[in-house]
Amino acid sequence: MSFPQPKPEVPQLPQNLLRTIDCQQGAVRAVRFNADGNYLLSCGSDKSLKLWSVSRGTLLKTYSGHGYEVLDADGSYDNSQLCSCSSDKTVILWDVATGQVTRKLRGHAGKVNCVQFNEEATVILSGSIDGTVRCWDTRSRKFDPIQILDEAQDGVSSLKVSEHELLTGSVDGRVRRYDLRMGQLHVDFINSPITCVCFSADGQCTLTSSLDSTVRLLDKSTGEMLGEYTGHKMKGYKLDCCLSSKDTHVLSCSEDGHVYCWDLVEGSLMLKLPVGKAVVQSLSFHPSETRLLTAMEGRVQVWGAD
Amino acid sequence: MASDSDSDGDFVTFGTPLEPLEEDEPLRKPVPLYEQTVKDEKGRYQRFHGAFTGGFSAGYFNTVGTKEGWTPATFVSSRQQKAGRQNARPEDFMDEEDLGDHGIAPRQITTTADFASGRKDVIRDKARAITSLSAPIPGDTVLEDLVAPARSSMGVELLRKMGWKDGQGVGPRVKRRLCKQRADSATRAFGSASPPNGSSESQDEEDGEFVPENVTFAPKDVTPIDFTPKVDLHGLGYRGLNPLAALRGGPGTGHINLFTMDSDRTNSLFGEDRKGQRRRGGVAGQGFGVGAMEDDDEDIYHRDIMSNYDTVLGGEEPGNGLYGWTAPQQYNRKKKDHSKDAAYLGKILEGFTLASDKLETKTIFPPPNLPRDFRPVHYFRPVVDLSSVSPMVAQALQTSRGHMAQEEPSKGGRHQLDSAQRRELLGEATLQGPSSVFDLLKVEDRERLSSLRRPSSDTSSGPRQPTPGEARAAVVAAGVAAAAARASAQKALSSRFAPHAEQQQQEALSVWSGPTAQAQTGQTFKPFERTPHKQARYDLYIDQLKQGDRDALELSLDPTMTEWERGRERDEFVRAALLYKPSSSSLSCRFTRGKQDDGVEADTVEVTRDQENDVDDKQAAVKMKMFGKLTRDTFEWHPDNLLCKRFNVPDPYPGSGFVGMPKVKRDKFSVFNFLTVSESPTASASPAPQGVKPSEPGKRSRWDVSGQAGDKERKEKDPVSEFLSVARIEASGSGPEASTTDGPTTDPTVEPDTEQKEEEEEEESRPSMDLFKAIFASSSDEKSSSSSEGESEEEEEKEEGVRSKAGTGPQISNQLNVNTTQPAPPVSTTPSQHPDILFKTPSGPAAAPPPRDQEMEEEEFGPRLPPPSSTLTAERRPSPTPSAKDDKHKKKCKEKHKAKKHGKHKKDKKQKKKHKRHKHKGKQKKTKKEESSDSSSEGSDGNGQEEGGGVSTEELLRRLKSIRGKNLQ
Repeated sequence: MSFPQPKPEVPQLPQNLLRTIDCQQGAVRAVRFNADGNYLLSCGSDKSLKLWSVSRGTLLKTYSGHGYEVLDADGSYDNSQLCSCSSDKTVILWDVATGQVTRKLRGHAGKVNCVQFNEEATVILSGSIDGTVRCWDTRSRKFDPIQILDEAQDGVSSLKVSEHELLTGSVDGRVRRYDLRMGQLHVDFINSPITCVCFSADGQCTLTSSLDSTVRLLDKSTGEMLGEYTGHKMKGYKLDCCLSSKDTHVLSCSEDGHVYCWDLVEGSLMLKLPVGKAVVQSLSFHPSETRLLTAMEGRVQVWGAD
Repeated sequence: MASDSDSDGDFVTFGTPLEPLEEDEPLRKPVPLYEQTVKDEKGRYQRFHGAFTGGFSAGYFNTVGTKEGWTPATFVSSRQQKAGRQNARPEDFMDEEDLGDHGIAPRQITTTADFASGRKDVIRDKARAITSLSAPIPGDTVLEDLVAPARSSMGVELLRKMGWKDGQGVGPRVKRRLCKQRADSATRAFGSASPPNGSSESQDEEDGEFVPENVTFAPKDVTPIDFTPKVDLHGLGYRGLNPLAALRGGPGTGHINLFTMDSDRTNSLFGEDRKGQRRRGGVAGQGFGVGAMEDDDEDIYHRDIMSNYDTVLGGEEPGNGLYGWTAPQQYNRKKKDHSKDAAYLGKILEGFTLASDKLETKTIFPPPNLPRDFRPVHYFRPVVDLSSVSPMVAQALQTSRGHMAQEEPSKGGRHQLDSAQRRELLGEATLQGPSSVFDLLKVEDRERLSSLRRPSSDTSSGPRQPTPGEARAAVVAAGVAAAAARASAQKALSSRFAPHAEQQQQEALSVWSGPTAQAQTGQTFKPFERTPHKQARYDLYIDQLKQGDRDALELSLDPTMTEWERGRERDEFVRAALLYKPSSSSLSCRFTRGKQDDGVEADTVEVTRDQENDVDDKQAAVKMKMFGKLTRDTFEWHPDNLLCKRFNVPDPYPGSGFVGMPKVKRDKFSVFNFLTVSESPTASASPAPQGVKPSEPGKRSRWDVSGQAGDKERKEKDPVSEFLSVARIEASGSGPEASTTDGPTTDPTVEPDTEQKEEEEEEESRPSMDLFKAIFASSSDEKSSSSSEGESEEEEEKEEGVRSKAGTGPQISNQLNVNTTQPAPPVSTTPSQHPDILFKTPSGPAAAPPPRDQEMEEEEFGPRLPPPSSTLTAERRPSPTPSAKDDKHKKKCKEKHKAKKHGKHKKDKKQKKKHKRHKHKGKQKKTKKEESSDSSSEGSDGNGQEEGGGVSTEELLRRLKSIRGKNLQ
C-alpha cells in the first residue's frame, strides 16, 4: 500500500504585476532586494539612493551624497548598512537608520559599476570601469583598499560574492572567479563583454549574460556550459540577469522591454513578461519568495505569482 | 528596517499618527502668543496678565463671576422666615478655585486640634524651653507657658487614664535590675567626664538595697531633640549665663562653669536632682582664679580636651535621648568598647579607645644597594667627530677617557637588541617578507655594502685596539708633535693603521679591479678637484687600483710629503676609493636607472608568471560552444591575508609575501620579444587570424560584440580580405573587416595586396596548427611548445610587459599595443589604430553606428546604461539589426531549442544538475563530431552569427581538413 508520490509543486512565475512604484529619481539604474526581501533599494540617476518597503510601496528613506548617478547598491546581511557605488568613482557606505554616510571610499579611476558586501559585511567589493575590483575594509578606518584585483583587462561590469568566492564579469569577455579558500583564479572566456554574472543558489553554477544576447549557465568547477538561453536582446546596454530563488528559472532583462524567463533545465522560454516599452534595466529576484523587481526608466515594478 | 512589514499587525499603535509630511508643503506658522487661549474646566477663557496685574484673571473679565461683579446681599426677614444670624466664614468668600488643590485654602482631611498629637506639642514646648533658657533674654517663654490655658490632646488624656504621669516614659514598667543596668551604663557614660556628678540613678543605686523586689519603675522619658534653627550670631555652642543658676543664689548655684559639659548643664536645666553634687561658693571657672576662700583648686583649670567633642557621626543614642549625633563622645561610647577598655590593663588616655581593627603595617622598601664603584658625580665626555679630527688627536682623546671597554655596545642590554633579537626573546613569529632592505639586495651587493660600512666602524672602534703602552705613546705624540717624538708617533700611526687599513686597501682593490669598474673609466668621481695635485695623485691611485696593483697606495703618494701628511692622505684616498667606487655596486642597485641609460638591470620587467592560453583557441572553442577546459584558465592567485581574515577563510598561502598573481622578471628584450616585434608587421597583414584582427578594431571599439558584428560586416569586406577569410579558419572568431574601414592608417596592417598574398602562403600552416590544438588537442598538451603558441604567448608576455612598464590601466596598455600585434581581440586588444577611439562610445555593430553615438561620445566604457526616458529611447535606441533579422533570430533560437529538447532534454526534465552536466558533456562531444564530420549548422547557430559566415564555415572546414591532412603527412 503505497501512496502516490505527492505531485511536485509547479514552480510559479512572477507574472502578475503587484505594484508599480514611481521612484521619482530619474532613471532607476539598479533595483535590489535587501537581504530578507522586505525592502528594496533603487539607485537613481539623480544621485540618490532610495529605500522602499516592498509590501506597501512606501518610501522609507532617501540617501543622498553621491556626486553622480548611482549605479549599484547592496544591503548588509543585518540590514544595518548599505553600500552603493556611483559614476562619481566613489563607493559609499551608509548607515541605514540615520541615512548618514559612514564612509566614502575613493580610489577607483573610473565610474564604479557594481558593489557588493561580503557575507558578513566586513568587506565591500566594488568593480569599476577602470578594470579593477577593490576590496574595502569596513572594519578599519583605513581608506585604502585591502587588495586591488587588477586582473581584468577591461572594465568590471558585474560582481558577486559568495562565502569564499568572488565572481567578476568583465568587458574583456571573461568571467573571473577568485577562490579565496584555494587561492586560485579561474578565468572563463566568453568572448563577449559580460554584463552580469550570478551564482546559483546552490553555488555550483554561474550564470553569465553577455552582449551577444546570450545568457549562459556554466558549471562552476569545470567551466563547462550547462545551458544557453537566448531570445532576448542585449546588445548595447548593461542589463541584469538572475536566477529565481529556487534556481528553477533563469531571468534576464531585455532591450525590447520584456523580461525573459527560461526554464533552467530545458532552456525553453517560459515567460516573456511585458514590462514596458523601454529597456528593462535591472531586475532582482526575491531571496525566498516568487517575487521579482524590475526597473524601467523611472519606475520599479513588483511582480508576483498571484 | 526595524520591523517586518508582514508582522505590522502585531503592533499596537498609540495616539494618532502625524500627518505625513509633504516635502513641498510650506511649514505651518506657529500660533502667535496673543492668539493662544487657555480655558478652564468649564470652558471659560482665562486670560493671562502680567505679573503686576494678578496672574490669572479672576472670574468674569476680572470681576467676580458676573458682569456686575459683587452684588450686595439683601437682608430679608419675614415672620415666617426669620433671617438667622449669619456668621460669615472665610470660605464664603472663596470660589471653587480657591478651595481647590492649588487654591489658597485647599480642602483636605486633617486631624483636629483635639486629636492632634499633644506629645508633639510637649516636645516642642520642651525644646522651646531649652532655647528660651539659652536665649540672651531668657525666661520669656516660661511666662507664656504659665499663662497659656492647659489643653491637652486626646492622646494625653487617654494616657493619663491609663496611669501615665507627666515626666514618665511610655512603655511597660521595668524591674529594678533593668533600671539599674541602665543606670550603670549611664554612670559609666558620665564616668570619665571631668566633674563626676552623681546622677539620680546612682543615688538610687545607693539606696537600692531598700527597694523591694516587686517594685517596678516607669521607663525614662525621652527628651526630644531640639531642632530649632540657630538664628543668633554667637559661636557654636555658646550660651549665655544661666540666670537661674547664676542669680538664684544659695549654695547650689554658686559655681557657674562656663565651659562644662553639656550634660552637666542640661541636667541642671531640666531640674534633675543632683543631691550628691558638691557645691562651692563663689564664681569659678577658667575665666576666674582661685579665690582665697576656696579650699581646693582641682578643676579650676578646666581641661577642654578634644575628646569632649564629636569626632564621628552617628553612634548610640544616649540614655536620655537628649543628644543626637552631636553629643559628646563619652555618651556615644559603646558598651563593647567599654568592656574592651576594662580588659585593657594599661592606662588608656582619655578619649582614646582600642582600635577595632589592626593598623596596617606599612612595608618599607629599602633603597637599592649602590654598586661599590658608584660615583655620585656625572661628567660628560666630549663628543669627537673622528673624521674631522686627526686620528692621533682622536686616539689621544679616547685613551684619556679611561673606560674604553664601556664604549663598546655591551651585549645583552635591552636597548642594544635589535628587533629580530627582541622578537626571538618574546617568542613572536617572524613577519612575512624580507626583514630588512638587505634581504632584498643581491648577495654581492650586500657584501659590498657591509664592506662600505666596515671602514667607518673600524675607524671608530679602531683606537680600542692599541695596548695602553701604545696609546700612551700616541698621546705623547699628539701632545708634543716634536721631531723627537716622531718615531713613536709613527709607531702609533702604523699600529693604528695596521689592523684595518690593510683590509680597507684590500677592499678598495677588489672593488676597483672588478670588471664593471674597468668598463666605467669615464665616470669616475673627482673628490679632490680643488687641489689638482692631490687629484692627480688620487687618479694615479685609482688607476693602479684598477690594474690590481697591491701597493697602489704607497706608489701614488708623494714621497716628499711628511709622514704625517702622507698618513692622512693615505687614509683619505682609501676612503674616497671606497666611497666613490663603481656605481654598479651598492648604491646603484637601489635606484632604477633612467630609461635612456643603458643599464643592464633595467632591461627586465615584471610580468605575471602565468599567462593566459592562446585567445584564438578560446575563441574557436567559444564558437563551437566547447566551454570547459578550452576556455578556462586557472592561475595561482594570492589573496591578501586580511581579506582572508575578513572572509573567515584560512590563508591559502600563509607564507607568501605578495598578493595577487605571482610575478616573474623577464627580459624586456628577449630573443622572443625581438621575434615578435619583427613578426608583427607581417603578421598583421598575414592571413593568419592574428594578422587580421588588428585591423578590425580600427573600426569598432573593443566594447562591441566582437562575434556578431564581425560576422555581419564580413559581407562587406573587400576582395582581399574575402580571399583571406576563405583561407583562414573560421575559428578565429571574428570577421576581418579590415581595410574597408581602416581609413588612412600608417600602420603596417595595410600593405600591398601582393605582399599579403606572398606571405599568406608562407604562414598558412601556422594558424592551422593552432586551430588543431584548439579543437582536437586535449588540454594537457596545450602548453606544448608549438611554434605558434609559444610565439603568441610571448606576444602576450610582451604585452604584459609593456603594460607593467607603463604602470597604468588597460586603456593605456591598449594604446601602447597599437604598434604590436594583438592576438586577442576582446582582451584589451582591439588594438585600434587610433588610440583615442578607445574613449569613444561603444555602440552596437559598428557598421551602422547609432545616431546617439556622436552625442554620447564622452567616455563610455563597456556596456552602456539605458537612457532615462522612453521617449528618448524610442528615438535614439540603436537599431543595429533590422527587426526582420531579429525575428529570424528568434525563430532560429526557438528551432534550436526545440531541437535540443527533442534531442536530450525531454526525458530528463527533473534530473539533477549533475546528470545534466554529464549530459552536456555528451552533447558537446557530439557537437564536435558533427562539426568535424560534416558541415552542420548546429555548431555555430548559437549566436546567430551564421548569417554571414554560414557558407564560409563549410568552406573553411573543408580547407581545414585538407590542411590537417597535409600536416599529418
